[in-house]
Amino acid sequence: MTAAPALSIPVTPASDASPAWRLPDRGKVGMMCFIIAESAIFTIFVVAYLFYLGKSLTGPTPGDVLETPIFYTICLLSSSVTIHLAVKRLARGRSLSFLLLWLLTIVLGGLFMYGTAQEWHRLIYEHGLTISTSLFGTTYYSLVGLHAFHVTVGLVMLAIVLLLGLTGRVRVAQSARVDVLSMYWHFVDVVWVVVFTVVYIVGR
Amino acid sequence: MRSLFIVLLAALGVGAAAAARAQAPYPDRPVRLIVPYIAGSAPDVGWWAYAPLTARAFSPGSSSDYWTIAVLVSGFGSVATAVNLIATILGMRCPGMTLGRMPLLAWLYLTMSGMALIAITPLSAAQLMLLVDRYLGGHFFDTQAGGSATLWMHFFWIFGHPEVYILIIPCFAFMSEIIPVFSRKPIFGYPVMVAATVCIAFVSMSVWAHHMFTIGMSSYANTFFVITTMAVGVPTGIKIFNWLGTMWGGRIQFKTPMLFAIAFLFQFLIAGLTGIMLAAAPFDWQLSLSYFVVAHFHYVIVGGILFAIFAAFYYWYPKVTGRMLSERLGKLHFWLFVIGFHLTFDLMHVPGILGMPRRIYTYEPGRGWDTLNLIVSIGAFIQGVAILVFVVNLIVSYWKGARAGKDPWDGWTLEWSVSSPPPAYNFASVPTVASRRPLWDEKHPEDPDSRYE
Repeated sequence: MTAAPALSIPVTPASDASPAWRLPDRGKVGMMCFIIAESAIFTIFVVAYLFYLGKSLTGPTPGDVLETPIFYTICLLSSSVTIHLAVKRLARGRSLSFLLLWLLTIVLGGLFMYGTAQEWHRLIYEHGLTISTSLFGTTYYSLVGLHAFHVTVGLVMLAIVLLLGLTGRVRVAQSARVDVLSMYWHFVDVVWVVVFTVVYIVGR
Repeated sequence: MRSLFIVLLAALGVGAAAAARAQAPYPDRPVRLIVPYIAGSAPDVGWWAYAPLTARAFSPGSSSDYWTIAVLVSGFGSVATAVNLIATILGMRCPGMTLGRMPLLAWLYLTMSGMALIAITPLSAAQLMLLVDRYLGGHFFDTQAGGSATLWMHFFWIFGHPEVYILIIPCFAFMSEIIPVFSRKPIFGYPVMVAATVCIAFVSMSVWAHHMFTIGMSSYANTFFVITTMAVGVPTGIKIFNWLGTMWGGRIQFKTPMLFAIAFLFQFLIAGLTGIMLAAAPFDWQLSLSYFVVAHFHYVIVGGILFAIFAAFYYWYPKVTGRMLSERLGKLHFWLFVIGFHLTFDLMHVPGILGMPRRIYTYEPGRGWDTLNLIVSIGAFIQGVAILVFVVNLIVSYWKGARAGKDPWDGWTLEWSVSSPPPAYNFASVPTVASRRPLWDEKHPEDPDSRYE
């Protein structure tokens, strides 16, 4: 066995003459795995939502009470663009514009959460729809709530990075890690595309 | 990022525990899996936890909630482990360790972890729904409000069947390491072994409803699940042929690990064959919920999984502790266990075919099951004695066993190149690998595998 120093790049190349030994980034691999696992959870909730469509014994029905949250959807989807640009800026070492775009991402995510809160308030107080009202209530609040929970967790993590950034601890060296976090945020946005389609388009 | 992720998981765990605490009659007991037993009642919903048994009306108190939360939290742990294994296997290989040169054990763990990601999580999702039903008055599985008991069955078995393969694939991994070493031949058909494993992972994701033939699904659904279940036998058969191909013409050493491995091959084959029988829906209608099914899955889990785990114990114990397990006690353990196993589980098929249902605690005499069940019980006692021999072996050999040295089996994979037990840093310098059997290459520089691969 050729002894190489404790590095991932051998001094003596392997006999297959590959010049550099490159491996996938384990942070990204880990996050991809986490996202696959999360996708399975969301799939089960989406299946339950679709399976129970129109099977509620009592009203209100989705068609009666749901309004398409177009503005807040645009907010959330744009936040994917801003976080992508923010990571690009950070990789190029432009800390200030990274922080501004990062803050904008949090604001857009926060707006989306405000939209969800407003919708739930309207459904509960105007239409009397709670999680125990009917199958629609159970499946709707569970699916949208599960997504909102993921957005909230994302916002908390984004806020932690923002605080670290404001104290000057997020630099080019950390951009790969920040990129891994952005994968989670993109995932949350993609899930919303599915939830939006299922709840507000197919489900009505 | 990894620490953030761990914090997130920990927070989820604490949150779940806090939620349990809010409802618990004994708020400060720390061990949540044990709590329901201390609190006076075990979870009383059966291991399938079918609706409506889990409804508040039929399972009052909090024992089912502890069960739900325990399963949920251990599910997060399983997923975190799977993430860890995949990231390690893909992202931390030593130079030259291409995917095509990884030990089959690493390949099979990679496959198993990938399955865990998408098989454990549906159960977590279903448990979340159950919590919504029990705590927030939801109706997911509440048939009174239009909910469906069948939906729970599907969600449960979408987890429940792939789970069997999550259990058995690591055992396939042990076989793929042990059989070549004791046959003194490299594994037969390495790429086919990898392909068959990945194929099992895919197909086994679409067989779950063969646990549900008796609930009255449509004939199309029944047909689909019959076909997929029979199909999953094909790659499994390929693996068995490849292990036999590895042994064929080899100079087989009948050490204890190899004895357990050979028994595994025969017993897992029979377990697979009764599985193919049960895969036929009409046959399953007759024998579902009978002792035939109980015998079948014990053949898988004891005859397959447990034998493989014993083989792995005897094979890697020297690496873990630095001491050999006693061969004499090992052979005694093996023969007692084989005899006990076959007395119990071969004969258990018969009362099943004669109509004995599972989950009964007694029956009237004169049904023709008495003698068979007596022999089944005797076999179980023999297995118990065998396990005692094993435990004695584990304990005695830890202090009195022969020194193992680095490489007691003349192995070919890298764990045998370091001292036993391995140092905390594993390798003083990261090795470079040029073939599937790096240690063979080092021992035989005149004829390395890398020349042929």
